[in-house]
Amino acid sequence: MSASANSGVGPVRRFSGRSKRVLPGFGLSLGISLFFVSLVLLLPLSGLVVETSGMGWDQFWFTITDSRVVESYKVTLWTALAASVFNGFFGLLLAWILVRYEFPGKRIVDAFVDLPFALPTAVAGITLATLFAQNGWYGQWLAKLGVEVAFTPLGIVVAMAFTSIPFVVRTVQPVLEELSPADEEAAVSLGASDGRVFRKVIFPSLWPALVTGVALSFTRSLGEFGAIIFIAGNTPYVSEVTSLMVFIRLQEYDYAAASAIASVVLLASLVLLFAINLWQGRYLRRLEGR
Amino acid sequence: MSITIDQISKTFGRFHALRDVALDIPEGKLTALLGPSGSGKTTLLRIIAGLESSDSGRILFGGEDVSNLHVRDRNIGFVFQHYALFRHLTVAENIAFGLESLPRKQRPSKAEIRQRVEKLLEMIQLPQLADRYPAQLSGGQKQRVALARALATQPRILLLDEPFGALDAKVRKDLRRWLRALHDEFHFTSIFVTHDQEEALELSDQVVVMSQGQVEQVNTPTELYAKPESRFVFDFLGHVNVLSGAVKNQKLVQGDAWVSLPGNRSEQEAQLYLRPHEVHLARAPSVHARLPLRIDAVSLIGSEVRIELVPEGWHSEEIWEIGMSHNEFAQQNPSRGELWFAVPDVGHLFSGDNSQPKTVDWLYVEAANACNM
Repeated sequence: MSASANSGVGPVRRFSGRSKRVLPGFGLSLGISLFFVSLVLLLPLSGLVVETSGMGWDQFWFTITDSRVVESYKVTLWTALAASVFNGFFGLLLAWILVRYEFPGKRIVDAFVDLPFALPTAVAGITLATLFAQNGWYGQWLAKLGVEVAFTPLGIVVAMAFTSIPFVVRTVQPVLEELSPADEEAAVSLGASDGRVFRKVIFPSLWPALVTGVALSFTRSLGEFGAIIFIAGNTPYVSEVTSLMVFIRLQEYDYAAASAIASVVLLASLVLLFAINLWQGRYLRRLEGR
Repeated sequence: MSITIDQISKTFGRFHALRDVALDIPEGKLTALLGPSGSGKTTLLRIIAGLESSDSGRILFGGEDVSNLHVRDRNIGFVFQHYALFRHLTVAENIAFGLESLPRKQRPSKAEIRQRVEKLLEMIQLPQLADRYPAQLSGGQKQRVALARALATQPRILLLDEPFGALDAKVRKDLRRWLRALHDEFHFTSIFVTHDQEEALELSDQVVVMSQGQVEQVNTPTELYAKPESRFVFDFLGHVNVLSGAVKNQKLVQGDAWVSLPGNRSEQEAQLYLRPHEVHLARAPSVHARLPLRIDAVSLIGSEVRIELVPEGWHSEEIWEIGMSHNEFAQQNPSRGELWFAVPDVGHLFSGDNSQPKTVDWLYVEAANACNM
């Protein structure tokens, strides 16, 4: 048939040739996906850029380097870092018990892991603030130890950790489930101690997933707003997060400044996500022998 | 190091994986645990290794009770069916893993470890692959690396769980030969699990046939093949042709088929088992047997021509198989659809509940009759 098309004898139908793909619908599904990605993600993002570009470079620089804003970057960065590192440990532990052991109520614990995703962040924030307030259930005990959580940066860490823990658990869990018991048995039969089995056999397999989970938890924390503002106290230069700065600018009807600050957060998140993706791609390529 | 398995039982829930298994594994020999899936062979191997615990019974290594010893202290090498190589470590690092796991006092120096690894890499004939990752190796290469890794700490005992199960036929044969050669050189006590009779008979010094959590028979491959002690072992070791019927007037009869059983005076249900090489084909029934069969398929590949036949006028659960040399085949030229008669030379008769077979030799009977005449 292609021969007749080439020689020009038969009617030339350009799309009648054999399709290269076996699965149908590639064009359609890709088209719809890209359309929605543009509609939901790219268009608003470019709106942000357009809004920002309305202001001059000097104005932009002035807005994003305002001392109060810079201070909020610092607070946001270190609290997000602290929260995601904490989640790294605790999330791994949670995933570990959920995959490795059978215990009553395991299903319920598993379901509760997703609670921070399901709960409106404002509800989480109010709940945490009540719990950790001076007279709250946790707060009153912590106060005796001299630890103040509510209305301090520590409160920000708590709120961030709470809202982003599922990222770590849900990225590590499937990888843990897929680990072959034979690998561990092989290591033990070679005389390795339990600690060595974990360090040399289990952890290297979990590592990429754990880093991804922690990175997701970190970027999520960078932008967290709802849960934080209720517990942070929002003292300028002390416990203001960057997303709050965006909100304050919005309340002042300074859309340009708000989007300028927002673009900084956006850039930081994107750079981090891309970096993680690149690194992980390399690491996994090695394991797959490419 | 010899291994003694003393009355080992194991259940998984309500499933009896092993029932009072007792077994002696001689030192320096290659022993095969052979059985169908679910026969308990892998469970037994894992209990010997210490990867699984038994419900009752003891395991002794060279007379020493190791039942309560942890896997890591049993000093065994274990090779897994799917290799279980550490995929984030290079081949050399994989092989060094056991040596580096030794307690500090016993651990050789870094240089010594490197030397040992190099030696092992030479032994498995893959020195050029030291820095590769497992994902870059073929199945056969992976299994060799797994073997080197298991042997690195010079274990007392080597245990292999279906070591060739995941490999294709050609590689499997090569690796089998290589393992046999390796074993002949080093003489470690080894046990391997397999469901492949050919593999067990070809590779091992001793075969343990297992079925439903019990040991059916233990013997050398030659003896085992020549003298199976039960219907199960007979069935399991290669193809067998069966005529089941009732014994009457010194004849085993079923439908249109019969075989004479000189001297057999009992009258009961019985089965005659015949290996493909113990029967030949003829155009007409012989004096002592009439087994009409129609040719269903002829397979020419291999050192022997294999002919598949379907009973005509009687019944057999499985298809009959008869082997003949290419030479005989060229002379007789049997072809599909023709009716032929099977003439047994030697057979094995299981009668009633008697699990031990009785061998019937018609060639001998004929020779004796000829002498008498």
